[in-house]
Amino acid sequence: MTDPQTPPAISTPEGLISIEAVTAHLASAGYISTPEISTAVFLAHHLRKPVLIEGPAGVGKTDLARSLALSMDMPLLRMQCYEGLDESKALYEWKYGKQLLYTQILKEKIHLLIDGADTLDTALAKLTGFQDLFFSRDFLEPRPLLRAMEQTSGSVLLIDEIDKSDEEFEALLLEVLSDYQVTVPEIGTIAAQYPPLVILTSNNTRELGDALKRRCLHLHIDFPPAELEARIVRTRVPDVSDRLLAQLVAFIQRVRDENIRKLPSISETIDWARTLILLHADSLDPALVRSTLNVILKRQSDIAEIAPKVDALVGAAVRDVAETV
Amino acid sequence: MERTLTQYIRALRAAGAGVSTTEAIDAARTLDVVGYADRAVMKTALGAVLAKSVEEKALHGRLFDLYFHRDAVAEPPPQDAADSQDSSSEPEGDADNDGADAADAFMALAEAQDAGRTAMALEKAAQAAGADGIRFASQASYFTRRMLEQMGVKALEQRLIGKLGEHTPEADAEAQRMMEARAALQSRARAVVDQRFEMFGRAATEAFLNQMVSERQIGALTRTDMERMKHVVARMARRLAVKHARRRKVRNRGQLDLRRTLRANAGHDGVPFDVVWRTKRKDRPKIVAVCDVSGSVAQYVRFLLLFLFMLREKVTDLETFAFSNHLEDVGPMLQTREFNAAMDRIVMQVGSASTDYGVALQDLETKFGEVIDRRTTVLILGDGRSNHANPRLDLFQQIADRAKRVVWLCPEPEGSWGTGDSCLLQYRPFCTHLSHCATAGDIERAIDDMLLAYD
Repeated sequence: MTDPQTPPAISTPEGLISIEAVTAHLASAGYISTPEISTAVFLAHHLRKPVLIEGPAGVGKTDLARSLALSMDMPLLRMQCYEGLDESKALYEWKYGKQLLYTQILKEKIHLLIDGADTLDTALAKLTGFQDLFFSRDFLEPRPLLRAMEQTSGSVLLIDEIDKSDEEFEALLLEVLSDYQVTVPEIGTIAAQYPPLVILTSNNTRELGDALKRRCLHLHIDFPPAELEARIVRTRVPDVSDRLLAQLVAFIQRVRDENIRKLPSISETIDWARTLILLHADSLDPALVRSTLNVILKRQSDIAEIAPKVDALVGAAVRDVAETV
Repeated sequence: MERTLTQYIRALRAAGAGVSTTEAIDAARTLDVVGYADRAVMKTALGAVLAKSVEEKALHGRLFDLYFHRDAVAEPPPQDAADSQDSSSEPEGDADNDGADAADAFMALAEAQDAGRTAMALEKAAQAAGADGIRFASQASYFTRRMLEQMGVKALEQRLIGKLGEHTPEADAEAQRMMEARAALQSRARAVVDQRFEMFGRAATEAFLNQMVSERQIGALTRTDMERMKHVVARMARRLAVKHARRRKVRNRGQLDLRRTLRANAGHDGVPFDVVWRTKRKDRPKIVAVCDVSGSVAQYVRFLLLFLFMLREKVTDLETFAFSNHLEDVGPMLQTREFNAAMDRIVMQVGSASTDYGVALQDLETKFGEVIDRRTTVLILGDGRSNHANPRLDLFQQIADRAKRVVWLCPEPEGSWGTGDSCLLQYRPFCTHLSHCATAGDIERAIDDMLLAYD
């Protein structure tokens, strides 16, 4: 218990000194943070715990890891999860080809090694000294998790869409997540020199195991309120006019209250803002919205649901904006 | 503070959040890092450590405000704590032989200007009265009384009776003062108990009511039950979805996939380092629900369909048919409208006539016959009362032969199967499974069984 609890003091980068510093640093990388997000990142470093981020698709879960790496000036190691992902793709693999090649070379030189051995026993005794040759670090191909352990200065390890992987893979992650070490049976345990900042994301397509959740800090990112969404879109699409920005965000917020299957996310709001700028729009009008509805809605049934309501929704959105101004 | 945190975690657990010991330790470390100065920071930080799902986050949000609000009032300056400890512990011991002291202490508490001291005494009394054990709202007055007794109300009441008996103006004024003091302290004690109920009791009450409602006959549910039922069904559906969210592929160990093994090891000169085994893909659940929506059964259908719709993530292949004297595909209606509105319309449109199972089966076979194949589970919900019309057992047999399974759920108890116009016993030999289904719990079990066939 004592060892992982009281780690050797690791230096705290400037951006992780306080919760405010996290917010400021993320902002410099173009990521608008909320107190919840900054607190989780701050705690992740100070408690040395991974952060598990859940929330609907497209609210900036992956982007947080990317911005974090960018703003803290640390390398980003990314592992995309999928069904059937196993340790040879996540942790390490032996370089079979290289091992094979060395075996061929060895075959030709074998007489030099067992030189003078006249019985099988002495030959074996001589060879025993070489047995670890093929299973040493030279023949180890590190995959993202092991690579993250080998970083000598800080890094951000992103384990993306963990819910897409199999349940067995979660168990594989536990050692990495709680003790920041990887065990390779042939070599031993490789502990992280500088524990990475680990970010796991999940779209909640399946319930994650309790063991995994217990080891992580939990952060839920939901669709942002209008004011925050406007700020986020503003940083990504700087040339959008104030009026259009306020109106399109109000419209998206209204659409999210409708009964549709796939709600438009922030990335769709951003795409839509870009689209509208290309079309030289400076305010929303129903015809324009109707023709660009496919940018924010990705299902035919959703488009069919919203299309007849566009007039009312645009009217309501314009009214929302007029009220706040 | 350490103790406060432990108690808070206990409150969270009582409310249904699974907080483990490791998480409790993490919470303490978190507070070391962020400090106690800023409550908003404390709240988000503890939220990240203790609440691991959206529901738990909401729970944490509610409880944190309740709990640390109380704490802010109850944390008195140290010397005061010692003080009030004396005054509130005395009455307990001396109540019998020296009632006067207890009564005085009670009055002193009720009329004390120091809010911190009174709060502390209330807190102690609540602890002694076991107010944390409150489970139902109706227990509130009991616990309030117990708290008052801890603070010495009995001695006060004795003195009060004495004063009232004296019938002098001074005594009456004194009695008046005592009654006011009692009322004041009582309302404060009640507030404390109510707060404890919010923290510790509400979850237990909810769980109890949910349990009740899921075990009650669906036909006998009242309107208020229906609302609760929706949540219960949603929870059951989520539970089932998690339970059956297994992989859809099973490795068929022992059967080598030669082609893929050679392909995978081409880079190693054909030496098979990576061995690829054959895999077997499992069928996705495909359910065809055929529901009798005539008067007597309509209510049950509502819940069955609600259940199946909540499971939509898991059961993507779902066809729904409703019938009485004819059969209609109601899938589109359920998909386009709000659930309750859709159900009302279905019952109005399809359920008004008397049931005829023969015609319904014929409609199913001739109009929608292609939806039933060897992967399909046919789920029939009905009482099997065909109003003496031809039950068309031949058609039912055809359907049963083609489908993977036929599951029949009947709202009537087993004793009445086959009585009067019920053809249930004639259908029975062709069903994979026939069971009585009266409560939401029964529906859950039936669907669980059905999904198990696909795992």
